[in-house]
Amino acid sequence: MNRGSFDAVATILLIPACSAALLAVLPGYRLTARLNILAALVTFLSALSLVFYRPHPNPYFLVDDLNNVFIVLTNFVALTTSVFSASYIGHELKSGRLTPTYLRFYHAMYQALMVAMNLALVANNIGLMWVAIEFATLTTVLMVGIYRTHEALEAAWKYFILGSVGIALALFGTILVYLAAQPVIGEGLDAMVWTNLITRGAAFDPALLNLAFVFLLLGYGTKVGLVPLHAWLPDAHAEGPTPISAVLSGLLLNVALYAVLRFKMLLAVNLGALAPGPLMVTMGLISLIFATFMLYRRRDIKRMFAYSSIEHMGIITFAFGMGGPLANFAGLLHMTMHSLTKSAIFFAVGHIAQVKGTQKIADIGGLTETNARLGWALVLGVVAIAGLPPLGIFMSEFLIVSSTFARNPALAILLVIGLLVGLAAMFIRLNAIAFGEPRGASTETEGSYMPMFAHLTLVFAAGVYLPPQLVIWFQNVARLLG
Amino acid sequence: MRGLVFDIAHVLAGTLVLVSFLELYQDRLYALLNVFALHALVLALSVAWQAYIQNAPHLYITASIALVFKAIIIPVSLHRIIVLFGIHREIETVGGVGLTMLAGIGLVALSMVVMLRVTAGDDPLTREDLAFALSVVLLGLLMMVTRRNAVSQVIGFMSIENGLVLAATGAKGMPLVVEISVAFSILVAFIVVGIFLFRIRERFDTVDLRALDRFRGEQG
Repeated sequence: MNRGSFDAVATILLIPACSAALLAVLPGYRLTARLNILAALVTFLSALSLVFYRPHPNPYFLVDDLNNVFIVLTNFVALTTSVFSASYIGHELKSGRLTPTYLRFYHAMYQALMVAMNLALVANNIGLMWVAIEFATLTTVLMVGIYRTHEALEAAWKYFILGSVGIALALFGTILVYLAAQPVIGEGLDAMVWTNLITRGAAFDPALLNLAFVFLLLGYGTKVGLVPLHAWLPDAHAEGPTPISAVLSGLLLNVALYAVLRFKMLLAVNLGALAPGPLMVTMGLISLIFATFMLYRRRDIKRMFAYSSIEHMGIITFAFGMGGPLANFAGLLHMTMHSLTKSAIFFAVGHIAQVKGTQKIADIGGLTETNARLGWALVLGVVAIAGLPPLGIFMSEFLIVSSTFARNPALAILLVIGLLVGLAAMFIRLNAIAFGEPRGASTETEGSYMPMFAHLTLVFAAGVYLPPQLVIWFQNVARLLG
Repeated sequence: MRGLVFDIAHVLAGTLVLVSFLELYQDRLYALLNVFALHALVLALSVAWQAYIQNAPHLYITASIALVFKAIIIPVSLHRIIVLFGIHREIETVGGVGLTMLAGIGLVALSMVVMLRVTAGDDPLTREDLAFALSVVLLGLLMMVTRRNAVSQVIGFMSIENGLVLAATGAKGMPLVVEISVAFSILVAFIVVGIFLFRIRERFDTVDLRALDRFRGEQG
């Protein structure tokens, strides 16, 4: 056992927890914004150390190949978002949309969300994981409503109600999993420890597991934003502060998906249980196709990219539902690329909305002329998210489509149709936003472009060359997922 | 003795389902609040009884949370919110009472069929507890769907939560039940404070589609 590694699990939980408490009381926006970045940086470094020194699982915490990908990705995007947030929040304070009191609250909640997400990821106990996801929901609800406009409150309320129902269903599923495990493992804490569940899952009652999975998929699926449980997602993205949109799309959806994947693995070891794949494939495909058709009619720029998140979560769920080493690998790659790209897009959109003073697509035009750097960053981001070569998402989508073609051509055709419609809709909108006659007000902002370009560079690099260590790591995870 | 233990647990869980039905057709907010307080009281009794028969003292904490927090504090504060907002008038239900009750009966039948079949091998006490718990959860969902007022939606959500607590305590020796019920209570407290602070009166005050479009940011 390695002592240093145990500390890393503790630090990725304790540092954000302590900073949340500290940021809640400290005044001054420059100081707190920097502290927020510092806390995120230290957390990211300790998360990175988990790659090299991995602790042994105990009844509460577990770090394996699977959640390590999520932990590193989550804390990396959290770090870059905190850098973006610092410049974004400065503008919001100046324009008076946020007051200093609410800013303290915002920073505290940002770190509290980090605690909740890290806890959900490292939890080895399905009850603890549930509690963590519940707290993550709570913190994001509070942040979505932070502007206190009628629309923001309405969005927060909708998110709250749907999210609460979702996690209630997930809890019922969790209880059913415990009931299935209890006759085999015995009463008490052991029967909720995931490592115990997975090793002895073959002996569980398949009927109970089936029912549990339906509840868990619907429950956590609400948080993933799968159609028809997605209604909260566009509102929450559009009305909250943009850094939160980036964190929601880039991270929280993944965390919920991670929970679904854990239970999928559990069902996979039980031969009598239903195959979870077809359920996930169906929900993923419906989400993809629905979202791509919805993309076309959006008039609000943040709302449009929120629908694009539904689309991509659909693709990822589809890939994991297909299963097998290749599709799982592609799904994992796609998830990573989507997180990086979508948060980069939201960084750009956040600055664009500040420059133009509006989120309405009709009032934004000719960005590449008026604000060249922002405009081209957005173009690059959309090119990446639409899946054009040679960027990372092209590679993962190509892998998903080709592995599906080999196994089920009919599904692959639906998938390709969805992807193409999404691509077309995105470019029609992008054309109006980035090119053509300059429309709307335009002021310069001293935005920080570093996070945006860091993400896009990573996505570009991944499209051209994947380091062999990363490939081996992802292949291990793909094998784990079965 | 075994028979009596089983019967009392059964009666309490069954009463919870009945009270859920009572909630479904209350068309005044005050009455709805009172019925919800009764719901929480029955839950507290049921959990306390489970604590006694399972010899699990930590469940008494869950029972007292249900009693103090849900049966007293929440109804009283919601009562004050209703007075403050002046919304103690009739609340609309979608589809009418008769239809809602029929749907409720259908949901209970569904949960009986599903749960009793799936848990065929388990302890009869656990089986029936779970079947009742799923009924309470589904009835709570039905209530959230049929109501538009924020306060009655919260009550619907808390009924769902009561059903989950019933399920969690019925599952013998389930760990973290207390933690989960505390986490839920925090969630509910936030919701209630949220309603109070943000004055969320109605979900959509109007059926005017233009207002909805404005809310979606999709106008013009």
